[in-house]
Amino acid sequence: MSHKSFVWLCLLPLAVLTVAFFLLPMVRLVVTGAEGPQGLAGYLAILSEPRYRATLVNTVLLAAATTVVTLIVATVAGMFLQRHRFPGRAVLIAMLTFPLAFPGVVVGFMIILLAGRQGLIGDFSNRLFGEKLVFAYSIYGLFLGYLYFSIPRVILTIMAAVQKLDVGLEEAARSLGAGPWAVQRDVVLPALAPAFVASGAIAFATAMGAFGTAFTLATNIDVLPMLIYTEFTLAANFSISAALSVGLGIITWFILALARSFSGSAVAATG
Amino acid sequence: MSAQAGHGASVRIEACGKTFADGTRALEPATLEIARGETLVLLGPSGCGKTTMLRIIAGLELPDAGGRVLFDDKDMTAVPIERRNVGMVFQSYALFPNMTVSDNIGYGLKIRGIPNKERAARVAELVALTNISGLENRRIDQLSGGQRQRVALARAVAIRPGILLLDEPLTALDAALRDRLRGELNRLLRALGITTIYVTHDQSEAMELGDRVVVMQKGAIAQIGTPREIYFTPRRRFVAEFIGAANIVEAAIEGGYLVLPGGRQPIHCDVDMPAAVAMIRPETIRVTSAGSASLSGTVDSVSFIGDRQRLVVSGASNRLLTVDAPNTVRVRLGERIGLSISPDAVRLLPPEN
Ligand SMILES: Nc1ncnc2c1ncn2[C@@H]1O[C@H](COP(=O)(O)OP(=O)(O)OP(=O)(O)O)[C@@H](O)[C@H]1O
Ligand SMILES: [Mg+2]
Repeated sequence: MSHKSFVWLCLLPLAVLTVAFFLLPMVRLVVTGAEGPQGLAGYLAILSEPRYRATLVNTVLLAAATTVVTLIVATVAGMFLQRHRFPGRAVLIAMLTFPLAFPGVVVGFMIILLAGRQGLIGDFSNRLFGEKLVFAYSIYGLFLGYLYFSIPRVILTIMAAVQKLDVGLEEAARSLGAGPWAVQRDVVLPALAPAFVASGAIAFATAMGAFGTAFTLATNIDVLPMLIYTEFTLAANFSISAALSVGLGIITWFILALARSFSGSAVAATG
Repeated sequence: MSAQAGHGASVRIEACGKTFADGTRALEPATLEIARGETLVLLGPSGCGKTTMLRIIAGLELPDAGGRVLFDDKDMTAVPIERRNVGMVFQSYALFPNMTVSDNIGYGLKIRGIPNKERAARVAELVALTNISGLENRRIDQLSGGQRQRVALARAVAIRPGILLLDEPLTALDAALRDRLRGELNRLLRALGITTIYVTHDQSEAMELGDRVVVMQKGAIAQIGTPREIYFTPRRRFVAEFIGAANIVEAAIEGGYLVLPGGRQPIHCDVDMPAAVAMIRPETIRVTSAGSASLSGTVDSVSFIGDRQRLVVSGASNRLLTVDAPNTVRVRLGERIGLSISPDAVRLLPPEN
């Protein structure tokens, strides 16, 4: 057997697996999306139908907001945690990364405990202002849940990146007259850019597709995964849910690809 | 360039010691004065505190309580580095990877709010001065080690610093390039006339570049002097052995002579001492015929180096004696030779612990 055909033979299981579990369902999904009463135009309905469009926009905005806020919080926290030594630091890091262990359902449950009808925040605001503040079952609750979910992952990535920062670069910038803000702007943030892109893309993708948390909080929050679920199980609208799934996939994939190409050039630029 | 000549501040450090948080005593309290426009070299083996002293002067490290750093007689101890107007070249160069060569060089000017046009002119001037024309738009990872070194120097000098601080700027380069850049650097520093503090562990670099050299040992200053002073008149055995090659001779002094196993060697010293320590540089020893010599020994080995030959002679002193002889002298292994040394070349050292 030649070397080449041996390699091909080894690739065969991979090919079978790819076709059976990856390609076939994907194709089926895309085909299903076009099998509704409107045919291919079913895909257009994602954008033309106001309810679908609003959900799409909502989801993207929510994911974007989650990503931005996560990056800000995680950068400040990660930088501080990596650069300072203080008693209780190890415990704090362990606590901050604890949510990694929870599935979305548990995160949703915790948000309800915090901001639900019997939640801590409600109790507190009731005592202070005589009014119960409840937002667990809305998109704000979901936002909080996603933050809770994403921050640990991003903090870990940022901490690793901060550790690899060359302190010499910061000292060089200072020797040239750069104050603390200029050092952050010109040296630290550019060096962290690849980490931002990589961890931000993951946070975005997670927030686009996470289902457990949304499902736990309420069935009527307007985000894509929920919409797909209701169209599929309640309305038995197979073609629309397939079309929405494809749409969700494409947007997320596009963002990830964009991030990858950008981080590729960012990594090259920071040598 | 004329605008830069004589541009420099004087530096004075007073009782600056450094103890790190983990208890490491990196620097004993040291006092040092550096004149305007002078090039001072901090020289010493690894870990002796050179970088620590440089960082204290730069403002990257605070001296222990009681220490003071003064520029032009102004107390700068509490002033952070970004307001000290010092140019710094780091051993690793620390060039900004997200900027081009010209953005690196112009960074300090940009921070100072110098308008684009003026900045570009200054950058062009430095590009020409440091011989890196054509590289302006390269990224840092597209430069060779020698080119990076030049960019680092150009960036540090661009801000017209009062003091230029260089931490082993040539150490990362290969030997041939190091020699070439050393000469270039020397001319450049003389031309700029900036007060310069240069850290190195390479004694020949120190002697070529320094107006004065500070030899450091275990966090303390062992000797300060011109290159000639520290070479010819070291005040300690450590300095003698660290700078160049040195024969250390331990012997008694009687009636103006060192009493050695291989004979007697005249020395400028009138007092008799039972155990003296003296230094003799290898190149000050002349090879003569054994018969008439007052000091003689046996040739143990001969290494021909080209411009000279290095002999190792036994039996003359209590230890093997290294002799640098002209490359024309013919000696055979095992031959008995005479050694003629002028008393001026024998330097008495204080006996040490
Ligand atoms: N941040 C620090 N914390 C603790 N000890 C330190 C620190 N920086 C340096 N030291 C110690 O202080 C001593 C002097 O260090 P320094 O870097 O000044 O030496 P150096 O003469 O520059 O050596 P080299 O030639 O290897 O660069 C060393 O023993 C070093 O281990
Ligand atoms: Mg050092």
